[in-house]
Amino acid sequence: MATYTWPEMKSRKVIGQRLSRLDGTEKSSGKAKYSSDLMPDGLLHAVLLSSPHAHAVVRSIDTSAAEKMPGVKSVRIVAKAGTEIQWAGAEIAYVAATSEPAARDAARAIKVNYEVMPHFVREDQITRAGNRAKAAGEQITGDVDQGFKDAAATHEGEYAIPVITHCCLEPHGQMIEWKGEQLNYFPSTQNVSGIGGDLARSLGVPASQIKVHMDHVGGGFGGKFPSDNWGKECANMSKDAGGAPVRMYLDRAQELTIAGVRPSHFAKIKLAAKADGTLTAWESSSWSTGGFTGGGMAPLPYVFTNLPNKRMNHTAVSINGGGARAWRAPNHPQASFLTCAALEDLAAKLNLDPIEVFSKNVQFTPRAETYIRQLKRAAVMIDWQKNWHPRGKGASGHLKRGLGIGIATWGGLGHASKCLAKINADGTVEIMMGTQDLGTGTRTCIAQVVAETLGVPMNMVVVRIGDNSYPASGASGGSTTVGGISASSRKAAAEALDQLLDLVAPQLGVPKDQLQAGDSRIFVKGNPDKAISWKAACQKMGPKTIEATGENNPKQPGGLINQGVGGIQMADVTVDIETGVVRMNKMVAVQDCGMIVNPKLAESQVNGAVIMSICAALMEERIMDEVTGRVLNADMEFYKLAGISDIGEIQCEMEIDEVNDKRGVIGLGEPCAVGGIAAIANAVANAIGVRVPSVPLTPDRVLGALYGNRMERLA
Amino acid sequence: MQNFEYANPGTLAEATGLLGATWDDAAILAGGTDLLSLMKDYRTTPKRVVNIKSIKGLDKVAKAGGGLTVGAAVTVDDFMENAAVRAEYPSLVQAAHGISSPQIRNMGTLGGDLCQRPRCWYFRNGHGLLGMLNGKSLIDGGENRYHAIFPQGAAKFVSASSFAPALIALGAKLKITGKSGNREVALADFFVAPKSDTEREIALKPDEIVTEIMIPSAGGAKNATYEVRQKDALDWPLATASVVLKMNGKAVTSAKIVMGHVGPTPVSADKAAAWLVGKTITAETAEAAGKAAVESAMPLSQNAYKVQLAKVAVKRALMMAAGLSV
Repeated sequence: MATYTWPEMKSRKVIGQRLSRLDGTEKSSGKAKYSSDLMPDGLLHAVLLSSPHAHAVVRSIDTSAAEKMPGVKSVRIVAKAGTEIQWAGAEIAYVAATSEPAARDAARAIKVNYEVMPHFVREDQITRAGNRAKAAGEQITGDVDQGFKDAAATHEGEYAIPVITHCCLEPHGQMIEWKGEQLNYFPSTQNVSGIGGDLARSLGVPASQIKVHMDHVGGGFGGKFPSDNWGKECANMSKDAGGAPVRMYLDRAQELTIAGVRPSHFAKIKLAAKADGTLTAWESSSWSTGGFTGGGMAPLPYVFTNLPNKRMNHTAVSINGGGARAWRAPNHPQASFLTCAALEDLAAKLNLDPIEVFSKNVQFTPRAETYIRQLKRAAVMIDWQKNWHPRGKGASGHLKRGLGIGIATWGGLGHASKCLAKINADGTVEIMMGTQDLGTGTRTCIAQVVAETLGVPMNMVVVRIGDNSYPASGASGGSTTVGGISASSRKAAAEALDQLLDLVAPQLGVPKDQLQAGDSRIFVKGNPDKAISWKAACQKMGPKTIEATGENNPKQPGGLINQGVGGIQMADVTVDIETGVVRMNKMVAVQDCGMIVNPKLAESQVNGAVIMSICAALMEERIMDEVTGRVLNADMEFYKLAGISDIGEIQCEMEIDEVNDKRGVIGLGEPCAVGGIAAIANAVANAIGVRVPSVPLTPDRVLGALYGNRMERLA
Repeated sequence: MQNFEYANPGTLAEATGLLGATWDDAAILAGGTDLLSLMKDYRTTPKRVVNIKSIKGLDKVAKAGGGLTVGAAVTVDDFMENAAVRAEYPSLVQAAHGISSPQIRNMGTLGGDLCQRPRCWYFRNGHGLLGMLNGKSLIDGGENRYHAIFPQGAAKFVSASSFAPALIALGAKLKITGKSGNREVALADFFVAPKSDTEREIALKPDEIVTEIMIPSAGGAKNATYEVRQKDALDWPLATASVVLKMNGKAVTSAKIVMGHVGPTPVSADKAAAWLVGKTITAETAEAAGKAAVESAMPLSQNAYKVQLAKVAVKRALMMAAGLSV
């Protein structure tokens, strides 16, 4: 097997350049077509009827009236009589009709007789969970009791982080049509190469019949891997309607209710340290829910995994709520918040600067040097020395400023990916890969790698992705895409170039291993004047084309990709202690992720992640009503997300240097979405002098932490 | 959304003729920023939608009797950019800024702001204005963090209007046009607390249209609005206060304080306002007036914090009106 490497950092022409994304203009002008924009002639609109009850048995369902309504082409029942419903919003039936209003009216005409059963939708008080709570066992390392005895200070606290949703701007769904034996499937997905097979399995048809295509996706964040039941039902409705195209996307309320959530996490944490801040023991008792199937333990204690003495108990709580799906860095933001909040509370008890305490304890992480370096850099960026003060000891007046720290880690090894590279006789290059651009700039990264490898300008490279007829590439999840696609496209392009060198070596009179591509030429190494232009070289193909494949296999990663990163984020906030309103001044993010293909896109990733963290820290929560069992804020009015004016300044530092660069490409999506919540929560505690134990840090919670029961008397 | 007939009348007489005896007969469309979502959610299912934006004159701001007459179809954006409004009524401009989505400011109208339905999530989820299920209030023991701290009987939602508190403080009146002509009503009397789910939160009949808002001259009175909002971008306020202060030198000669988003109607704090007469506005007197304004608040299980927010809103609005920084 050939050995593949990246060109030296200094000699690169395209990789590492701050290029704008190739589809930027298309997207910002509205020209880009998302699957949900597709409205072919003869389109049928499908809608989902969902359960209004959180727990019920369907006793009977009568679709006869709906079927007779004007424009209705297909009605399919999901929840037959006898089906037990476990959450409000669960799928009951689908209707396809010639217009969306007709489909909605018909869905409302379906008569469902429910036997309503008792539900349990709130996990915040574990004592009320009864048999809904299942202990997941105890994990013990070292001598915990001795660890607490050895300490100079012990802190005990309770912390909570709620269920939130993915809230994709483009909801889940698809346009789908049977054309004879072929099913044309246009989903909104993170999984172009895999989703067809998933749908084939649920339909019971050969995967070869399903053609998947998607040019753009309006947000995924971990929630869009499977074809889902709506994929299957819409395929069947298309069949019912003689192959008519059927379009169905969840409405906003359904998107926020059944399309996946991030699990909550609640924890009682006790931790202890020596006078210098070195941790001696950790004990946590946690619980969480990700819906009916409960929820696993977040990786606690986060990052400081090598702490010698620790004891963890976890309980999974089943509720009648929509289920969990992977949510950008599964379980890491929760673990980071719980751990960093407890750690800064302990630092405050010890009267230590939290930077000192973090620095003392990075010895318990697998990457101490990285964190020390990042803590120092982030401190400079946020001007810690000038702006930090001991907890609650800031300026007088009602506006209190504070700083806080959050920590992150992730793997980010590139996924399995195959790439087909084609060089045409006119010099143009085509790349085909069954990957998807989740908004991260995948198209652009592929083009940069290929342009660099072949020594041609970006505009010579056409990147074709988003189709399952191209060589398979992994789903975009777990920060695996950039590693996978950069390695496979590097290899495919290198192999294609190798074939081209075979054609031009005779003319240049040297063996092909002495040839190099660059500046739109093929030239002799060390003798750049002895050259042939790229176009002339390609003309040597005659009527043929060159085709080559490249593959990334994560089990044999080679030297192109790597995994394992750290990140530090720091927040600077101002809290109005009369209103409890938190305003972001600034966030800084220091993140290593190996060799960076495009720093502008990387920073854009980090900006997006920081904004998500601001939303989650200050605004986002799924609010369940105990009596009705429904999500009360399944809309974008009270499911609050930050607007531009709520974000403040964001500064990121991607740690681009020779050492990081030599590691190869590492994924970035998750690690930058981890530490922000902890940083903001800690900054608020630093500002106001008390811990707000639950996020989001809404005015009621901030005032509650400040004034507690005195709040009513305050006024 | 249920199918409906769309009507586009050119005159008020035509428009009122197209309205019906019940709310299900017809709905009035101006900016549509609330109506369309209510219709999509089947919270309202009118047989006919009557667009009033084609009626001449409804989109005009005119000087009248020292004050202003504002057509109900004037958009929030046109209103807040109007020179006469900016010159005399900072409290209204500040309230308009609180509608922090440019899209809504461009489409939404003054009449629509006053007539929009409450945002109570129990109401929007189909449990009626009073948020009841099987004869029991869902609000009392439920998720009431955004609800009223001045409930009126069974009505515990909060009035959603951004302009009403400031307009009431300024003494605005409404012109309402029906089939048999016009009537005038003080804006303070326009908002009512419904006693049952069949009643509405505004004193408008299904066959009437709010056509004009008449704002008296401020007569040199200082006025200001302060909104406590969690988000700076699009968000509903948690509590607001609008104040109008007449001054003789530094001394207050008369005051009006109206709080928003704290009750099913805007809530006037007359006792607090009366207490201010003869005093100079300072941080201390403003704080005391804020305290007095919320003295009779009756918070629900989750929203005691809004008492504090309403107090702060009053304090800060008073300080802003008096030219003090907050």
